[in-house]
Amino acid sequence: MSDVISGERAAALDADGAASKATLVAALTAALPHDIVLTDEESLRPFECDGLSAYRALPMIAVLPATVAQVQTVMRICHAHDTPVVARGAGTGLSGGALPLEKGVLLSLAKFNRIVDIDTDNLRATVQPGVRNLAISEAVDHLGLYYAPDPSSQIACSIGGNVAENSGGVHCLKYGLTTHNIVRLEIVTVEGERLTIGSDALDTPGYDLLALMTGSEGLLGVIVEIVVKLLPKPELARVALIAFDDLRAAGNAVADIIKAGIIPAGLEMLDSPAIVATEAFVHAGYPTDATAILLCEVDGTTAEVDEDMARVQAVAEASGATEIRVSRDDAERALFWAGRKAAFPAMGRISPDYYCMDGTIPRAALSDVLIGIAELSEHYGQRVANVFHAGDGNLHPLILYDANQPGELERTEAFGGAICELCLKHGGTITGEHGVGVEKIDQMCVQFPTAELQQFHAVKAAFDEKTLLNPGKAVPTLHRCAEFGAMHVHNGALPFPELERL
Amino acid sequence: MSTTRQPSEDRTEAIAAQVEDAYQRAAPLRIVAGQSKSFLGEPVAEAATETLAVHAHSGVVSYDPGELIITARAGTPLRDIEAVLAENHQRLAFEPPHYGPTATLGGTIATGVSGPARPYAGAARDFVLGCRIVNGRGQVLRFGGEVMKNVAGYDLSRLMAGAHGTLGVLLEISLKVLPSPRAQLTQVFEHEAPEALAAFSAWAARPWPISGAYWEAGRTHLRLSGAQASVDAARDALGGEPLDEDQSFWSGLREHERDFFKRGDMPLWRISCAPASPMAKLSGTWSLDWGGAQRWLVSDAPAETVREAAATHGGHATLYRGHDKPRQHPLSAAHVAVHRRLKAAMDPAGILNPGRIGV
Ligand SMILES: Cc1cc2nc3c(=O)[nH]c(=O)nc-3n(C[C@H](O)[C@H](O)[C@H](O)COP(=O)(O)OP(=O)(O)OC[C@H]3O[C@@H](n4cnc5c(N)ncnc54)[C@H](O)[C@@H]3O)c2cc1C
Repeated sequence: MSDVISGERAAALDADGAASKATLVAALTAALPHDIVLTDEESLRPFECDGLSAYRALPMIAVLPATVAQVQTVMRICHAHDTPVVARGAGTGLSGGALPLEKGVLLSLAKFNRIVDIDTDNLRATVQPGVRNLAISEAVDHLGLYYAPDPSSQIACSIGGNVAENSGGVHCLKYGLTTHNIVRLEIVTVEGERLTIGSDALDTPGYDLLALMTGSEGLLGVIVEIVVKLLPKPELARVALIAFDDLRAAGNAVADIIKAGIIPAGLEMLDSPAIVATEAFVHAGYPTDATAILLCEVDGTTAEVDEDMARVQAVAEASGATEIRVSRDDAERALFWAGRKAAFPAMGRISPDYYCMDGTIPRAALSDVLIGIAELSEHYGQRVANVFHAGDGNLHPLILYDANQPGELERTEAFGGAICELCLKHGGTITGEHGVGVEKIDQMCVQFPTAELQQFHAVKAAFDEKTLLNPGKAVPTLHRCAEFGAMHVHNGALPFPELERL
Repeated sequence: MSTTRQPSEDRTEAIAAQVEDAYQRAAPLRIVAGQSKSFLGEPVAEAATETLAVHAHSGVVSYDPGELIITARAGTPLRDIEAVLAENHQRLAFEPPHYGPTATLGGTIATGVSGPARPYAGAARDFVLGCRIVNGRGQVLRFGGEVMKNVAGYDLSRLMAGAHGTLGVLLEISLKVLPSPRAQLTQVFEHEAPEALAAFSAWAARPWPISGAYWEAGRTHLRLSGAQASVDAARDALGGEPLDEDQSFWSGLREHERDFFKRGDMPLWRISCAPASPMAKLSGTWSLDWGGAQRWLVSDAPAETVREAAATHGGHATLYRGHDKPRQHPLSAAHVAVHRRLKAAMDPAGILNPGRIGV
């Protein structure tokens, strides 16, 4: 798909002066078991893209280490040969963070799939980075415990990738993001040294490097072990399905529920196109004539759930809900959630391709931004469906397109960029949880002025002086922003006036 | 508590200009606000003879209770912030200690301190959503924002929490706030220290609405907060004797006003460790907060001995009261190197509170 774009992107990302493939293969195979160093096209093919499949590139070499010592060896060799390294978890990322570099090494953490320790006294689990998110909760389920952050991709995505992206999920409104649910990391630096970040205590002397490392998209170090917090499972959870015939009323209800002093365990919204598509797919009983529905889950002790659910219902009624259904048991709760969980595949059934955007805005701007997206949809002539974390103000517009129609992908990308800028205009951010990767690298130039970007680069250099860890991702060069700005003038003002145009 | 609030004033330009000037001259600055927490961290180097005063840079910039976000200037008195939130039945869930009437928001975030609710609600850093700072070059920078989720760029705003101003002068901070609990009560149990630790572990493994767990002198205090019904249900299930006046108990603990923290001239140590760590064999008097994860020790044991004992359980020890140096647990050589490089990235001339984090 769209080799033109991916080819250009990949070429731009490649570092100059990297070692030749033959030299590097020789160095790696001299120090590592041969079967973990992959070099032929067929073995490299599975790594050519992540979940954002519009961007593709074959890595020069892929290495699949199974021990920390092997990761250190790979890093030392690549560092000595000035070769860039891209870490990869499960490859479910949606911003091209794990997109390989044609002159780089792809470091897959897939073999790090062991849960090392479960500590029921301290309520923690020590896991390797390739462990799947859901596998942690499954492993501690019999103890009445779970790991709270639950991205929709949780059956597939790795905990290492979650840390690198600071991933969120439906339950993050109440229980926090990845950054709130980890206590310690073991990393391997670009030079191949081990470093412990955080500690077994609730805080650590010195700077909060745990915060810095979380969400750093593989640019500051390779994560080789993670200690996560475990939580006791709530006694009970119930979900209300609340329907509206007006988008604005639905948006306002979200803010009203929060204002009423309730922090739901999850508060998600689906708009009409999303409701219709998911209902046709999973038959969850969603009202297909509704303009929007909210799924509002509350959890806790039985008494608490009753108390909170009564409040949610009262607020929803006052906000103009047309229908409210509260799950009576776990089976019905699962049914209500089934539609939400199947929303992405449901889109796959009604459109050949879809592009998942990810911006966050203040809750108060929800209705305005949703209406703005509908207007953009008309302008670009592309359909869009919204299914998202409303309680956090985290939007996921899904733009439907057909990559085989000439021009549609380009139009979709332009539409996506316009949505990012709409979020910024309403005081939001271009990414709430999927990361910048290569996808939103240009929009970073819109969100951040030069001085902030320079500061990011200085911080990067403190960890990776030669810019070998996932170069070209997450933070744009000032040069790139100048080029982007030349094509893209905001409110009549040219960004980066201090830089020469090319 | 006084109800008059400090007037609002934006001193961004003056603060940035002073830092830029100091950067040009490589003249180190001592950042001061309410001075309530200057006893935390290492003393700023003697060489920093110039003072950068930030307490006049004050006032709430924006607060919409429906967004659960407040943005305020660093010099805003902490009690003003808490008063504004309380009017809307909201609060800072990490329950920051004031350590005096002059505490500011900036000092609270710069030192990264959190109160008794920390293990259950989260730490100061967990609530930081964004900030505006002046870096060591005198540039005014904004990171994060006023939204709940944001992964654009490195999380430099959270990094400011606990950095003691050494990476940037905090100008404005956006924090996530939460509704105040509708109900709260405290139950007291007779326990020896090991029994208290066992109880903390057992309680934490079940979904009880716990918001504080503290042991001192044979008594465990357990605070429950949340919906009335769930607090009542937990009390009935867990037992213990009710404590009247529980608000003043927890605020006294948070502010170190209890006699335990005041007595004598013996050094007071804070030991931060995995909550279920066994009691360390150190001479002295203990209290156990944060469900066992933050322990206080009044002891004249040598600093090395205390630090070694803390480190065996993946923890660290900080001197809160006493003359030994350094106060903070020393960093490994590898971490010293990373800290220095990071400091240089934010503050290349090393002028912001030099010495304060000890590297
Ligand atoms: C259907 C679907 C639904 C999704 N839903 C959500 C959602 O609800 N919430 C959400 O937040 N995300 C969601 N995502 C996005 C994605 O699943 C997350 O970003 C996830 O954390 C990526 O994990 P991964 O293991 O697949 O990482 P990858 O895609 O392999 O890598 C992601 C990034 O992390 C880096 N990385 C990976 N492992 C390491 C490591 N060990 N050390 C250093 N860097 C590393 C990579 O270099 C890359 O930059 C969804 C994706 C899909 C396809």
